[in-house]
Amino acid sequence: MATLEVKNLCKDFHVREGGNRRILNAVQDVSFELVPGGTVALVGQSGSGKSTVARMIAHLERPTSGQVLLDGAPAPTRGRGVHKYRSQVQMVFQDPFASLNPFHSVGHHLERPLRLHGVATSKADVHAHVIELLERVQLSPGRDFLARRPHELSGGQRQRVAIARALAPQPSVLIADEPVSMLDVSIRLGVLNLLARLQREEDLAVLYITHDLATARHFSDRIMVMYQGEVVEDGAPDDVILRPQADFTKRLAAAAPEPARNERMIAAASRYAKDTTNDR
Amino acid sequence: MAELITESIAVRADAADEEPDDSQRRRGRSAFWRRLLTPKFVVGAVVVLLIVLFGLIGPLITQDPNAIDNIGLSSPSGAHPLGTTSVGQDVLAQLAHSTRGSLTVGVLVAAFTLGLSAFFGIIGAYIGGITDEGFSLLSNVMLVIPGLPLVIVIASYVESQSVLLVIVVLALTGWAAGARVLRAQTLSLRNREYVLASRVAGERTWRVICVEILPNLLPVMSSGFVFGIVGAVLAEAGLSFIGIGATGSLTWGTMLADAQNGQALLFGAWWWFAPPGLLIAALGAALSLINFSIDEVINPKLRTTNIAKVERRTKREHQS
Amino acid sequence: MSTNPEMSSAAGVATPGRSGSVAPDSPLLSISGLSIDYLGERTVHAVANVSLQLGRGEIIGLAGESGCGKSTLAYGINQLLVPPAVITEGGVTFHDRSGDDIDVLALEDKELRRYRWNKVSMVFQGAMNSLNPVISVRAQLNDVFATHRPQMSKAERRLRSGELLELVGVDPKRLDSYAHELSGGMRQRVMIAMALALDPELMIMDEPTTALDVVVQRDILLEITRLREELGFAVIFITHDLPLLLEISDRIAIMRHGRIVEMASAEEIFFAAQDPYTRQLLRSFPSLTGERGDFIRHGAQLENEEVR
Repeated sequence: MATLEVKNLCKDFHVREGGNRRILNAVQDVSFELVPGGTVALVGQSGSGKSTVARMIAHLERPTSGQVLLDGAPAPTRGRGVHKYRSQVQMVFQDPFASLNPFHSVGHHLERPLRLHGVATSKADVHAHVIELLERVQLSPGRDFLARRPHELSGGQRQRVAIARALAPQPSVLIADEPVSMLDVSIRLGVLNLLARLQREEDLAVLYITHDLATARHFSDRIMVMYQGEVVEDGAPDDVILRPQADFTKRLAAAAPEPARNERMIAAASRYAKDTTNDR
Repeated sequence: MAELITESIAVRADAADEEPDDSQRRRGRSAFWRRLLTPKFVVGAVVVLLIVLFGLIGPLITQDPNAIDNIGLSSPSGAHPLGTTSVGQDVLAQLAHSTRGSLTVGVLVAAFTLGLSAFFGIIGAYIGGITDEGFSLLSNVMLVIPGLPLVIVIASYVESQSVLLVIVVLALTGWAAGARVLRAQTLSLRNREYVLASRVAGERTWRVICVEILPNLLPVMSSGFVFGIVGAVLAEAGLSFIGIGATGSLTWGTMLADAQNGQALLFGAWWWFAPPGLLIAALGAALSLINFSIDEVINPKLRTTNIAKVERRTKREHQS
Repeated sequence: MSTNPEMSSAAGVATPGRSGSVAPDSPLLSISGLSIDYLGERTVHAVANVSLQLGRGEIIGLAGESGCGKSTLAYGINQLLVPPAVITEGGVTFHDRSGDDIDVLALEDKELRRYRWNKVSMVFQGAMNSLNPVISVRAQLNDVFATHRPQMSKAERRLRSGELLELVGVDPKRLDSYAHELSGGMRQRVMIAMALALDPELMIMDEPTTALDVVVQRDILLEITRLREELGFAVIFITHDLPLLLEISDRIAIMRHGRIVEMASAEEIFFAAQDPYTRQLLRSFPSLTGERGDFIRHGAQLENEEVR
């Protein structure tokens, strides 16, 4: 199984502010490793550079410096090599309302990567694979979804299609860029659990990008916190969340809504203690 | 990833997935057509259809438009429903052939214009970098070159102008504005997540452009095409009227020019100049109606009629 | 509709003072049986027979997912609905400080304008869209005063504008700034300052912090609760973020499919939620600091539960 390694990744953007050109260091010296079956969470606020890291790994942005290594070999930058790299490294985007083309059917979205990466070639074979992919993301019966267009699906269903598309080339690395932040809260965990199960089944290496500390903690083996382009903290989930070291992580952890540590809730806890046990 | 909830629950969370409501489900292509079928659209389409049919069938059943063996300047009669010109041509026959000529020029120019603006607008914007800068510069330069004077200059240099030359010249001077519109649209589309996703899936550039981006530009392009026809018909009429249209061709413009030269107005020969003028106006109005309808469908801000309808209904229900 | 009385009896135990279902002593706003439809090819009942009472100075959280009708309800209270949304049934009464009861749905034109902003002000999610990009903060505040307090002198207006910004923790020097010169948090503070300008008795906040980063969100929430203590206005706070509501609200109404499925004090919702949907929502937010295993336990419980 493949391992993806990111070494000293940097990305500068040239931005124009009024008449002046300025260099924005979007990502500075980020290094980490994704191993099969493991999840690394990249946590940060908007503009922290976490999505830029994802795009560089997915070959949508070119790094200013630094390397992305797949199984020890540098990721190719052009030609057939890129195609082969893409069959190994896939990405799920944030907005399921934007990541599916309104013009194409669900079937089309899944057939293309299957054909492009030679997973299936004959018509019957492609069809069988599409159905199987749909059912693996719990859109069953799969044939009911084939002809539907994105606007005929709910947000959760769309994101499942997007996940199926990412799995189609049978990758070994999956980048999930805020995969649930645009979904309704009651279906978020369902989608995250689906990702977790697929990861286990396929032994995928996953990079989970999010601004939500809580899901990062529960769904990853390691958390990296990014702030203004730099990784400011990196460690085991419980260490980072419960015993943060960096100032920024401390502020972030303290600011996240958490009723369980709210004074009023703590005061009320004893009142409900007996009750809750009876109730449930 | 640590799995937190057992599988059965994940499945149940599925059931809680909000079902998109029916109104949403019904949107899509068929709804696009249904919404397009406004009175405006129907009137426009019928008028255009009639003009096109006249241009197609008319020349087959009328006499030779250039035959001059009739009595000159006779007013409409049974033999000549639209009278004759000063040299004795049958106006109805001339009109039929002119309609065919004008429409051919209009459609071909609009098609070439669309092709050019799509090429320079979409490809430049998608590839970006130097290509985009170059294409943008070119379209900006073309945009500020005044079209009609350029056409006059070119036309006056060439000895005998074929229809094709007129078409090419009109297309070359008319594509820039459309290219800028398509460029702006493409710039916003190329960073949509579904375009990025298809790149990650491994699609080639040309396929991303043709299959992912182009369909989403179709409404804008069809609107551009429709206006392109109107513009080209008018431009060709203008050129022909001032005498530098295609040699030996018959269009609404040449008819008007002939009527002007034959002093139709002075002789009160309204049957000579009115029909081509009316047809130009009718085609322009009808195509504009179609365009407004397309606009209303693709641009929700323009959807006024529906809101008015709901408002009336609201008032009724409040009163009851 | 508040909590279903049968539910607590069905649970078999008397829960301690279900304060949520009890009407507050000094009501500010009473909504009774309000229904709002979206007319269209197929009429959608966005809000269906909702009743609730808001106490003076109370923070009520309105929680629910997209399309549950929470924003429609808030807009209805302010008569801000535009067709095709129509109020089909019910009433909204505003119990003014002066002792007058105002029938909100009967207000028209001039009176309605006086009611909005003076009595009830709103803060929306996108401050960038709510602030006018081409005029300064000062000019926008001036506009508010010019419309609603024409008797105020120029000097008074200037003084009050400065005060307001200070009140929400923004340097009064920022009065001459334009929306794009302010950070997201600062813009939202300015929006709150504008909402406070006429000393309203109720502020409706529709996802005011959803677009903000969590650290900034925390600052804004602290600001809102502090201002509430200081000025005593009531708040209807709309969001899908239940943990956030649990921290700041006195009472919380959970909405689904246009109905309030459960309404109770924040503590009650957190510790003893009755409605299965409320529980499902609560479970959707994994605990940040609790045991990692804690979550699995909750999950296991879910299996035995009826999820609609």
